[in-house]
Amino acid sequence: MPSLGADMEDGTFIEWHAEPGQKVARGQVICVVETQKGAVEVEIWEAGVLAKLIAAPGQRIPVGQVMALLATGTEDWKAIAAAAASPAAPPPPPVRAALQPPVAAFDASGAAPPLSGRLKVSPAARRRAEELGIDLAAVKPSGAHGAISMANVELAAAAIEPRDAQAAMRDAIAAAMSRSKREIPHYYLASAINAENSIAWLEKRNASVPIGERVLFVALQLKAVACALRETPELNGFYQGGKFRPGPGMHLGVAVSLRGGGLVAPALHDVDKLSLAELMARLKDLLRRARSGQLRSSEMADPTITVTNLGDLGVDTVFGVIYPPQVALVGIGRSAVKPWVTDGAIVPARIVQATLSGDHRVSDGMRAARFLVELDRLLQQPESLV
Amino acid sequence: MSGTVHINYREALRQGLREALLRDERVFLMGEDVGRYGGSYAVSKGLLEEFGEERIRDTPLSESTFVGAGIGAALNGMRPIVEVMTVNFSLLALDQIMNNAATLRHMSGGQLNVPVVIRMTTGAGRQLAAQHSHSLEGWYAHIPGLRIVAPATLEDARGMLYTALQDPDPVLIFEHASLLNLEGEIAADPQSVDIDYAAVRRQGTDLSLITYGGSLMKSLQAAATLAEGGVSAEVIDLRSLRPLDDSTIIASIAKTHRALIVDEGWKSGGLSAEITARIMEQAFYELDAPVSRICGAEVPVPYAKHLEDAAIPQVDGIAAAARDLVK
Amino acid sequence: MNIDREHALAYLRQMTRIRRFEEKCAEVYSAGKIRGFLHLYIGEEAVACGVMPELARDDAVLATYREHGHALVRGMSARSIMAEMYGKQEGCCRGHGGSMHLFDSSLRFFGGNAIVAGALPMAVGFGLADRMRRTTRITACFFGEGAVAEGEFHESANLASLWTLPVLFLCENNLYAMGTSLERSEADTDLCEKARSYRMAAASADGMDVLAVAEAARAAVNYVRAGNGPYFLELKTYRFRAHSMFDPELYRSKAEVENWKHRCPIAAFENRAREAGLVGDAEIGAIETDTAREIQDALAFAEAGTLEPVENLTRDVYTRERRAANAGPP
Repeated sequence: MPSLGADMEDGTFIEWHAEPGQKVARGQVICVVETQKGAVEVEIWEAGVLAKLIAAPGQRIPVGQVMALLATGTEDWKAIAAAAASPAAPPPPPVRAALQPPVAAFDASGAAPPLSGRLKVSPAARRRAEELGIDLAAVKPSGAHGAISMANVELAAAAIEPRDAQAAMRDAIAAAMSRSKREIPHYYLASAINAENSIAWLEKRNASVPIGERVLFVALQLKAVACALRETPELNGFYQGGKFRPGPGMHLGVAVSLRGGGLVAPALHDVDKLSLAELMARLKDLLRRARSGQLRSSEMADPTITVTNLGDLGVDTVFGVIYPPQVALVGIGRSAVKPWVTDGAIVPARIVQATLSGDHRVSDGMRAARFLVELDRLLQQPESLV
Repeated sequence: MSGTVHINYREALRQGLREALLRDERVFLMGEDVGRYGGSYAVSKGLLEEFGEERIRDTPLSESTFVGAGIGAALNGMRPIVEVMTVNFSLLALDQIMNNAATLRHMSGGQLNVPVVIRMTTGAGRQLAAQHSHSLEGWYAHIPGLRIVAPATLEDARGMLYTALQDPDPVLIFEHASLLNLEGEIAADPQSVDIDYAAVRRQGTDLSLITYGGSLMKSLQAAATLAEGGVSAEVIDLRSLRPLDDSTIIASIAKTHRALIVDEGWKSGGLSAEITARIMEQAFYELDAPVSRICGAEVPVPYAKHLEDAAIPQVDGIAAAARDLVK
Repeated sequence: MNIDREHALAYLRQMTRIRRFEEKCAEVYSAGKIRGFLHLYIGEEAVACGVMPELARDDAVLATYREHGHALVRGMSARSIMAEMYGKQEGCCRGHGGSMHLFDSSLRFFGGNAIVAGALPMAVGFGLADRMRRTTRITACFFGEGAVAEGEFHESANLASLWTLPVLFLCENNLYAMGTSLERSEADTDLCEKARSYRMAAASADGMDVLAVAEAARAAVNYVRAGNGPYFLELKTYRFRAHSMFDPELYRSKAEVENWKHRCPIAAFENRAREAGLVGDAEIGAIETDTAREIQDALAFAEAGTLEPVENLTRDVYTRERRAANAGPP
């Protein structure tokens, strides 16, 4: 079946204008085919003898299917006809798939209700909620067309952040402390330190300066810890990959308990090099920021040792758990008036319990003892810590 | 030379024409009443006296043939500027524009190019009713092979023509009739302008007003109103309707997360629909609200003033839609 | 016969080339090698072959979708035309145009227009450019008599005449606009009268006689080139085959077609040339042999041609793409 146009898929055979055994010339009309556009005469493009007429009147024949066999040149048309005695039936015409009815009518109106039970959430809000881990079902919508907008998600995130942050912090503390107790062989030392000199010196100093410049005992303690560490650098640094690495400075992590629970221990950097006044100022700033959640990531990441003072809470002695990968923790209890023997006499004195938790992989009790001795010595000479 | 001049849109168009005629002797202007009459909108007034009948050529009312003649002359070495009085009449020449100008390059396997520029006025606002008021540039923007530009500012009115004449392919320039009396100060020295990019005409953070042509000034007014209410609208002037400058549109939406398209053309199958689709394709996750549209009402533009006003975007409607979008 | 042997052979050769080339086109079309529409010029060969030699190399030629013959006689190779119809990138238009859109800008052959009367306004523009640039070039625009019913014919005739443009309008009147006969579409079937109503010079010639065509075309070309304005030349002819391949020819009788076939322009001219002693069997045989070789070569070229990579699909929509976004506004 010849293709008579790009839009022709088949033709219905009408009649032959030739018969088997007939000689045909190039260009001769040999049959007629009915198409969508009407009956068309079909020419033959080669000369020869028609061997066999296959197409029959009324048959619908796809383009490209054989309609007749032609003997050309020296071929014997009878042999060809015999060889093709039992022609295969033509394949059925292609079945066109029925057109699907339209799925839904076009709705030209502006705001449409949700098409499914799905929440109305703007794409940007959906993405933001994923970033913040916000459950969209709990977000109150107020955006265009009553959908949840980016602003709605951010508002919701702000409202639930404390609870989430607290849970996250609990998880972090749990992980760090478990690891510490699992991996670090702790040892503990404690010394009672007479704080009379220090406190008296501080009270005298504070009396002579404006309220804003007063220094708390805890600041003096921190300065003393930092200076004492000079004697025992193996307490200041990190244990990682089976090796101790000394800290790059005396970066003291100050444990701060948060109002909502949990604690953080951000670093005060190079405490040994700070003047007492400067240290106090930094400490105040750090506490304020820690409690308002404005700590810098560097402060959180790089303490070389942690100092925990639970004196405010009435605790006498602290036995702390080292914060990995640090290798030591200094605990300081409250200053309480206790009997103190000095020069063979019993006198009342303000005493604090200083403790050291050490990592036995890095240090041992003898070195750590030197630290506590040095700490005591420094606190007896507060003027040297200015 | 520097400094500025006070000028209106009509004069800016005329300056653009003069400059093109002076700079390139292959350039000529052809169309209905461009010569003796001075242009039906007086855009070409005085040019006949300056450049003569050869180059300021009045034609009979034969849109198909004088547009086709522009195409033929362009193929044969000239740089014709064909003026069609309004886009409504250009439909009489649609066959020449669509089947010849837009197709010849591709159909000839890149052998030919058609450097013709066809200017026409478009848009409503002058109570001329349904056969003189439509905005059909979106139809033309449908056609690959054409460049479609819409000058909405005085600089563009003056500068786009010469740039379009430098383009080797057919460029259609749509001049909104309501802008003809727009006045302002522009640089006395004509600056060359591109015809490739959209322009951010006002910076904003809360939503993007995407518009062009006769709706630009309305959108800018709406943005000023919105600013008084604390809503910061960015206004994008598309300038080129084909090809569309997607990157400028998408960058704005990445900033504002909301889009309001303002187009005097109809919504159905229109330019605003195309822009909306591109935003969906390229910036879906930036959207904080569905894309919104203020477009021509789906009616032939009526004559009566209040009906005509209601049929095309207005400042109040734009501002209200914007407020709706950012609430 | 007022013609020398060389010219007689040239006419015969060109008409035969068109005839055999198109017969081959019909054959390979039936085999599905050529697709789309295929409009054959068979029967009308004398028109293109008579007119084209009268034009100069830098004149412009615009034609219709029945333009294989014009393209061949203008000088386009059978190879580039056949490859184009095969949709191969070796074709004159890289396979973008096909049978109805043959172009060769180097020969100033500007197509191949498939909108009836679509080329007439452009021809006016070609003429306008030539006039404004003070050249002596002219533009020849072929179209069928069906185009006379289009507004573009009247607008173009008027404008070309009004502006005295060097345009030669060549109306190939084969009596049928697809299947609608001239009597059934025109209130006045005198086409020259229509042209004259625009104060355009007009004449009619026997389009089945290549010498009559050539003579009429020569006069018309001289008139136009001399700056007298446009000229309308009607060439009365007949297509022997269907409008396109898919056409059962319900609109005309077999007897009518057979009648016209007796006036075959090639056979008629050959007989006259033989009688005049200008050609004999040897020359005719040589033409047929050469033509068959040329067509076989074109067919092999097209078959061996390659398909343009689909990655190139959108090239040539614009001459220059928009400047890259990162280049920024100037």
